[in-house]
Amino acid sequence: MNKDIYVLGIETSCDETAAAVVKNGKEVLSNVVASQIESHKRFGGVVPEVASRHHVEQITLVIEEAMNKARLSFSELDAIAVTQGPGLVGALLIGVNAAKALAFAHQLPLIGVHHIAGHIYANRLVTEMKFPLLALVVSGGHTELIYMREHGVFEVIGETRDDAAGEAYDKVARALRLPYPGGPHIDRLAHEGNVAIDLPRAWLEEGSYDFSFSGLKSAVINTLHNAEQRGETIEPKDMAASFQASVIDVLVTKTVKAAQEYGVRQVLLAGGVAANKGLRAELERKMSELTEVELVIPPLSLCTDNAAMIAAAGTVLFEKGRRANMALNADPSLELE
Amino acid sequence: MKVLAIDTSNVVMGVALVEDHIIKGEIVTNIKKDHSTRLMPAIELLLANCHVAPKELDLIVVAKGPGSYTGVRIGVTVAKTLAWTLNIPIVGVSSLEALAANGRYFNGFICPLFDARRGQIYTGLYRYYEEQLKCVEDDRIVLSNEWARSLKEKNEPVLFLGSDAGLHKDILIEALGPLAMFAPPSMQLPRPSELAFLGMNKEREEVHSFVPNYVRLAEAELNWLAKQKG
Ligand SMILES: [Zn+2]
Repeated sequence: MNKDIYVLGIETSCDETAAAVVKNGKEVLSNVVASQIESHKRFGGVVPEVASRHHVEQITLVIEEAMNKARLSFSELDAIAVTQGPGLVGALLIGVNAAKALAFAHQLPLIGVHHIAGHIYANRLVTEMKFPLLALVVSGGHTELIYMREHGVFEVIGETRDDAAGEAYDKVARALRLPYPGGPHIDRLAHEGNVAIDLPRAWLEEGSYDFSFSGLKSAVINTLHNAEQRGETIEPKDMAASFQASVIDVLVTKTVKAAQEYGVRQVLLAGGVAANKGLRAELERKMSELTEVELVIPPLSLCTDNAAMIAAAGTVLFEKGRRANMALNADPSLELE
Repeated sequence: MKVLAIDTSNVVMGVALVEDHIIKGEIVTNIKKDHSTRLMPAIELLLANCHVAPKELDLIVVAKGPGSYTGVRIGVTVAKTLAWTLNIPIVGVSSLEALAANGRYFNGFICPLFDARRGQIYTGLYRYYEEQLKCVEDDRIVLSNEWARSLKEKNEPVLFLGSDAGLHKDILIEALGPLAMFAPPSMQLPRPSELAFLGMNKEREEVHSFVPNYVRLAEAELNWLAKQKG
């Protein structure tokens, strides 16, 4: 019988200060997230310097709560995993330096984790991963299709060439004068409106799994602008529905195509935009046609940024023997490998 | 009592281990290289060389600013995390006060400063009274020429400390003339051991709520506040 593995995860890449304890990479013992969203709302977006300041205020409180809820002491932990990047450098630095201090104080192994690897491994907290698999990662900063043939090995087969899907959502929300963050508002409005406006879909060249959303975003803004000049009104709910339909069409079509081409056993949805109801529903509908492929969508609390996912990914790297030393640094543009 | 002192608030990175009245070790660098990769290795090396385990520490003292926002956050994050997880007290000391300690035997005002760009400096005014370092004018961010004019009114010698003093030397001399004194290079860098000694005599902070002294709000917050006032 193998010994259980307990990993403390720490995540501070953007505007949530998070810590969590995960057992064996699968079982969440605690998952604490202190969101700063209320503070950033007044600025209409995340301000890096403000985010960094909030992380310093929250970091030890959040870690303490995670340890208390897990009912573990540091001597019972096997490792500490921390988001190394990508993200806001000043924000990442808080988590990285706190993690290093903890690892040093208790002489524990330290593991740097890629934020997207974390999002993918959120799925392992729901069900065991089956390889080969395909992960669609969609968030404010990312839109990527990642192929995995085994644990801890990531191959990016498609990524955005300009805006991330979540970024396009925020920009379109601003054009529709919806409050920040815009994603959830567009999702809600889209369900009330009709797909009445013809918007482009960027398929890019034949066989490419890359994405592009800046053209779509511009089309939305131009359509609104032209209508305004002509004195016409476009129902925001119809625009939201049409925009969302275009985004989802491209995301789902490319995901299903890649799943077939790569012959995967599982498709995982990951990242904050995975909370989008329209995306979930359409992906479920299209994937149901591929009877031999399992679709996994984690619950909302594991889709948005959290530290349980970092601990889960960190556990796999720990088992693979990956170790960081005290020189571990935050890397805002860390590559997934 | 074993005290670990940490200063990453400006270009100088300093860590010291002080046991009661003895400085066991100090690491000081004055290079523009990032503190995040070098602070923990420096602490690790210092403690290992002094044969002290992290769990033997009794107190953490940290330079809490002013200085580089990112730099001071690295030091404060490491300090508060260590203090919390080792269950030992934490003390924050002004980064300027730590530097001012270098002026111990100067008969007059001591003015530590760090460049804050666009003609501004982080500074304050200190003085030794019966071997006790006292703050005469609070830490602030100010235009160096404005500050020089206000110092001139005091009509007393002022010792300027800090490796950025050279950047403002002409302005300071212009206002103060022979009253402006500049320390030699060996006294220009804040010593983490001075930080440790200063911290031993100060009140403990509440670890969770302990944050840097940035001296000013984030720019986005300033703009937001200005907009609220209309
Ligand atoms: Zn994320």
